[in-house]
Amino acid sequence: MDTNTLLAPYRVLDLTDENAWLCGRILGDLGADVVKVEPPGGDPARRNGPFYHDEPDPEKSLPWFAYNANKRGVTLNLDSERGRALFCRLAQRADFVLESFAPGALDARGIGDAALRELNPRLVVTSITPFGQTGPYAQYRGSDLIAMATSGFMSLVGEPGKPPLRVSLPQAPMWTGMYAAAGTLIAHYHREMTGRGQHVDVSMQAALLWALANAPAYWSVTRENLHPAGSFMVGRSVTGARMRAIYPCQDGYINFIIYGGEAGRRSNEAMVAWIAEEQPIPEWLKQKDWNVFNVATCTQEEVDALEGVFAGFLRRRTKAEFAAQAVQRGILGYPVNNARDIRGDPQLAARQFWQEVEHPELGVTLLYPGIFARFATAGCGICRRAPRIGEHNEEIYAGELGLSPDELAQLKQEQVI
Amino acid sequence: MHALANLKVVEFAAFAAGPMVGKHLGEHGAQVIHVESRTRPDGFRVHYPPYKDNQPGLDRTGSFAIFNDSKMSVALNLKSARGVEIAKQIVAWADVLIENFVPGVMERLGLGYDAACAVNPSIVYLSSCNMGQTGPKASQRGFGSQLTSQSGFTELAGYPEGGPMLLFGPYIDFVAVGFGLTAVLAALDYRRRTGRGQYIDLSQYETGVQFIVPALLDYEANGRVMTHHGNRDPNAAPHGAYPCRGDDNRWCVIAVFSEDEWRAFCRAAEHPEWADDARFASLAARKQNEDALDQLVGAWTAQFSPHEVMEKLQAVGVRAAVVNTLADLFCDPQLKHRRIWREMSHPVLERFDYEGPPFALSETPAELHRSPLLGEHNRRVLGELLGMSDAEIDELEKQGVVE
Repeated sequence: MDTNTLLAPYRVLDLTDENAWLCGRILGDLGADVVKVEPPGGDPARRNGPFYHDEPDPEKSLPWFAYNANKRGVTLNLDSERGRALFCRLAQRADFVLESFAPGALDARGIGDAALRELNPRLVVTSITPFGQTGPYAQYRGSDLIAMATSGFMSLVGEPGKPPLRVSLPQAPMWTGMYAAAGTLIAHYHREMTGRGQHVDVSMQAALLWALANAPAYWSVTRENLHPAGSFMVGRSVTGARMRAIYPCQDGYINFIIYGGEAGRRSNEAMVAWIAEEQPIPEWLKQKDWNVFNVATCTQEEVDALEGVFAGFLRRRTKAEFAAQAVQRGILGYPVNNARDIRGDPQLAARQFWQEVEHPELGVTLLYPGIFARFATAGCGICRRAPRIGEHNEEIYAGELGLSPDELAQLKQEQVI
Repeated sequence: MHALANLKVVEFAAFAAGPMVGKHLGEHGAQVIHVESRTRPDGFRVHYPPYKDNQPGLDRTGSFAIFNDSKMSVALNLKSARGVEIAKQIVAWADVLIENFVPGVMERLGLGYDAACAVNPSIVYLSSCNMGQTGPKASQRGFGSQLTSQSGFTELAGYPEGGPMLLFGPYIDFVAVGFGLTAVLAALDYRRRTGRGQYIDLSQYETGVQFIVPALLDYEANGRVMTHHGNRDPNAAPHGAYPCRGDDNRWCVIAVFSEDEWRAFCRAAEHPEWADDARFASLAARKQNEDALDQLVGAWTAQFSPHEVMEKLQAVGVRAAVVNTLADLFCDPQLKHRRIWREMSHPVLERFDYEGPPFALSETPAELHRSPLLGEHNRRVLGELLGMSDAEIDELEKQGVVE
């Protein structure tokens, strides 16, 4: 283990489900010793795909791999008395407990926040639930879709008159896990100053609110209820003109937006110059004075004329071609990337972003995206693949808690581990 | 007592990705200074509505207010040598520096990491930019609403039969905020233990990618390129948005994962016969007949308001919810209970609903203070924190160093 990591001295017990896995993964990326505690038989969400080689198997779930790397794993039945006793021994030695049970479920088992902090007053206990620990919706069930809806996110995505949309790959668990990690480390900062732990109560609904960017400010200031316009942007011009942001190209789509101001002028001029090098352009476009073009006052007619030329031109370009020209010419736009495009992006290759992670049981090394930031003087990265079911039972129960082989065998037989 | 009571932060940052990190630190008790100037105000003060009474103005937009509560504003002209000198004094005072300019700008201003280290060797220095400090695209300019496309999110949103859809606003900026905040807090712990500061190179693109790792592993392991499929989910059916009663475009969502939930749903919908229908007898069957299933479910939900659907189904343990609009968020009983919206008075906006954090700390809850007017804390920062006299500050104002 690399001890020169940001959070090297700390132990995390991670009891969370798929809606909060990322929290522990982030703490692990920063160097903490994260132990995933699963029920015997493994976390039920290991049954969710997609799977490695499309073979449904709790040891081959790709979301599991993605968000449980940098963790060790033990199994433990918290419904049994002996399981809870073992958990308390682990909690006495831990710095953080992360959990996502329904509010009150751990209290009912005698291992809730209050009981754990009585045992270990330094403990930071982070609870992650759909709506938070208290309040009128606290006992409501949640998921990605539920958070997407109740946060207002969906009401801002989609075509007018069609159903509101979520992102097809669940995003609420990501926002929740990320913000849970941040809140946990704020509590940690306070603990290191005062010696006292505390309870961090994270809500999925609230975590997704920041994905709405500045939208709530519209309601607050002008009582404006924004509505989505599909692949167009609205609310930029006082004339009500809608402006295209997504253009079809040869192998997919490109995000290009006509901006105003100095940055917009440079970008628009560069775009027109590129078009003029490749094809004849209409006289009015040659004469266009971008210094006086104003996004806030332009009309639909003006926008449509510009977009007509841009659309015809971009339709014959590829994503990679546009991406390269945008960098070279200073055009404000990016390709609409998919997984393959991201994997092939020269920027990520140049930054040595991808990291090899060995999966000996599968006989392969898979390339994972690297961790979320570079730290100049600390060695943080992916050190281990996600754990197999009960992989570190012996290491932790025997090696750390000193259980004998007989005791371990008995616990296994009683289905405690 | 605040969690971050002794922490000092300076921001050379604009728009959202940098300033929001400072906001979260500030609402937990850190002293945060937002450095800007009248010559170069924060872009959100200038270019972005919503404006009070629809009149643009540096202190009139909600887009600046929402990301900049709980901090001080000092207006310092960094084009002047004396301005940079004062900025360095603030850097020497700070524990954390946050910047989100295009790579190279801070160096040109004389405030790059090496310059900061020269006056404060143990500073935690967060650089957050589109694509990271290195690599062939490092200097490419761009906005978060477009970078969101490059990071894969646009491709993953859309109806099954159509093209990709825009997410609202600069989605990825806020992903970078959570990761930036976490990185700073971890680096502070490292500094406390080792005495060593940290330079953090945060690529917003690379933070965004953390949110789609399963799609990247699916391509790596299976060669499959994941795309959008509306609101459907391989592990659930019904799973989607359904129309509700009335002509005002109201929607609810329903997500049924297990067979127990499916039977509970049919009972609550008073359609027990659906549970016996062979087309819907298993998840696999429901996935196969999902169009027909969605039609039946949609016809049922259309009789009720979204709140009625939510209450009926949650009462029997089935996941269901109202699709909140922006206006709904401000009367949502759960968000109200969590005190997400903190209405405060503001000298120009009159009143504004500031937004609290999604995590609540039991012993040291967040405390928000209204966003600053441009240069509101010039005297406090220069006088109280840097120890300058009133006469000195008057002179700096006259010279246009302090604006």
